[in-house]
Amino acid sequence: MKKTAFFFVSFLIFLTAIVISCGQRDVNPAVEVKAPPHFPPMVYDLSKNPVTQAGFELGRALFYEGALARDGMVSCGFCHQQSAGFTHHGHDLSHGVDDRLGKRNALPIQNLAFYHDLMWDGGIHDLDLQPLAPIENPVEMDESMPNVLKKLREHPNYPRMFQRAFGTPEITGERLLKALSQFMVAMVSANSRYDKYLRGEEKLTRDELRGLQLFKEKGCENCHSGGLFTDQTYRNNGLSLEFNQDLGRYEITLNEQDKYKFRVPSLRNVEVTRPYMHDGRFRNLEMVLDHYAEGMEDTPTLDPLFKRPDGRRGIPMTAEEKRLIIAFLKTLTDEEFLTDKRFSEL
Amino acid sequence: MKLYFSIVLLAAVLLLNACKNEVEPEFNPAARGAILLEFDNVVGTRDLELNRGTYRNAAGEDFSVSQLQYFVSNIRLKKSDGSEYVVPQDSSYFMVREHVPETHLIRLSVPQGDYTGVSFVLGVDSLRSTMDISRRQGILNPTDMSRQEGMYWTWNSGYIFLRMEGTSPQIAPDPSGNRRFRYHIGGFGGGFGTPPVRTINNIKTINLSFGRDVAKVRNNSTPQMHIVADVLKVFNGAVNISLAQNPTVMFSPFSVNVANNYANMFEYHHMHTVVAK
Repeated sequence: MKKTAFFFVSFLIFLTAIVISCGQRDVNPAVEVKAPPHFPPMVYDLSKNPVTQAGFELGRALFYEGALARDGMVSCGFCHQQSAGFTHHGHDLSHGVDDRLGKRNALPIQNLAFYHDLMWDGGIHDLDLQPLAPIENPVEMDESMPNVLKKLREHPNYPRMFQRAFGTPEITGERLLKALSQFMVAMVSANSRYDKYLRGEEKLTRDELRGLQLFKEKGCENCHSGGLFTDQTYRNNGLSLEFNQDLGRYEITLNEQDKYKFRVPSLRNVEVTRPYMHDGRFRNLEMVLDHYAEGMEDTPTLDPLFKRPDGRRGIPMTAEEKRLIIAFLKTLTDEEFLTDKRFSEL
Repeated sequence: MKLYFSIVLLAAVLLLNACKNEVEPEFNPAARGAILLEFDNVVGTRDLELNRGTYRNAAGEDFSVSQLQYFVSNIRLKKSDGSEYVVPQDSSYFMVREHVPETHLIRLSVPQGDYTGVSFVLGVDSLRSTMDISRRQGILNPTDMSRQEGMYWTWNSGYIFLRMEGTSPQIAPDPSGNRRFRYHIGGFGGGFGTPPVRTINNIKTINLSFGRDVAKVRNNSTPQMHIVADVLKVFNGAVNISLAQNPTVMFSPFSVNVANNYANMFEYHHMHTVVAK
């Protein structure tokens, strides 16, 4: 009899445990964010902000939420459009609230969990702090965080969504930022044709393979290296200073050597993130390669990699070589990422 | 007769008080008490009056101040035996804001004892500047600052240590016709690259001795240390700064001159002791 009671109690405890764990899973399951094997180690510390389904969904809602801007319209997604690799399609510079013009081209939002610093000048060293910059920038969303929080607290849905994501309906700046981070760290783009080629799942064409070979031979991969196609350094690639004297990295480090240097951007999804460079001066990839081949100017901090023994600058490329390299670059387009419903506004 | 009587009475009162002062309040080193640091912002010999007072710097320029606020953090108190009490770091961040009188008084819970000096950081240390956002609550919370009074650079992750704004007739008018100056001084010496190249470090540690005064923290005795902050020293110092030439100083190499100047703006002035009866 005693034994039966013991088993009965044990069984009850077991059942309760199942119900509790199932319940938790139903309410807010964890979302796994995997580092692709050919990527550098993840920088973002997921243990401080574990991604959950409800947190991710809240982050997505906030990403597309106009209330983060003063005018109720200019959401993050306004300038970071999915089909354009989360850049501002067709815009050299982006216009924010009241059509005010920013000074730099919107960077893609992808694989951000793997970056040490963010922005063209690397001024932000923690993804959690990143959204503050566009929200409070007068030429972008032109809103203050206390006011954003006030609007969300008065919103019919957000208290409930914060409750699901964080356990209580309290809306704080930290929670808002961490929800946005949960959404952004889950935005991993590693399913381009090139990735599938690396994994042996797909073949590249003859031209694409020759382009890949040239990409290596010409030294593109010295800077656009590794799985992210960037070494995350800041360099001066010889852009003319005639119409734009943006000091770039210098504004953050105040080091003379960093004048006119900008982040080496990733080349993932580069086909759809036009226009190019920190000020969007080049409309297409052909113009970019023309610049590297014969358009570079010898400005004071020009990267030594571009200085040739004969005193000339840049990377010599024939028209055919440029064509092949562009063919390869287009294999970095990740159609799944660009159309993934999990990241979409609607 | 009346005069004589008054003198005797006064003498008696003084004597009594003197006796009272000789009686040491009880001292229990294991128990805690409180000490108050009062920050009194002045301009030279005059009190700082926001928007109203007009002052003159060493460059001969007249100016008014519309806003003054600064971080005081990492407070340490020196004891008469040479040891130090370090205020626990998580509760050692304060912001003095001229327009919010409550912020002029910093109340610290400390062990009972005799204190002879104080040191603090004017600004926010580099460690806290790079901590997870969950470790930056209260006045350190970058999501809880209005832009007009914000003490955080969103585009260059880091705190503004001292923010002072105002006007001067010597400054050329901006497009809106205002002759404003804006001094937002920060820079925690972040490192970049390998090996890291350090950016400017405007973190200043201020050491103040209480001189001949001893702050006796007891059960029933709470000393209030009156510290004067002379904002004229923001402009006047090793480099006398001209507002006309530098109406805006934010994150730039020049800001180092401002920080070197204001590192000397604090002075211990006097002490009050509130003795509970």
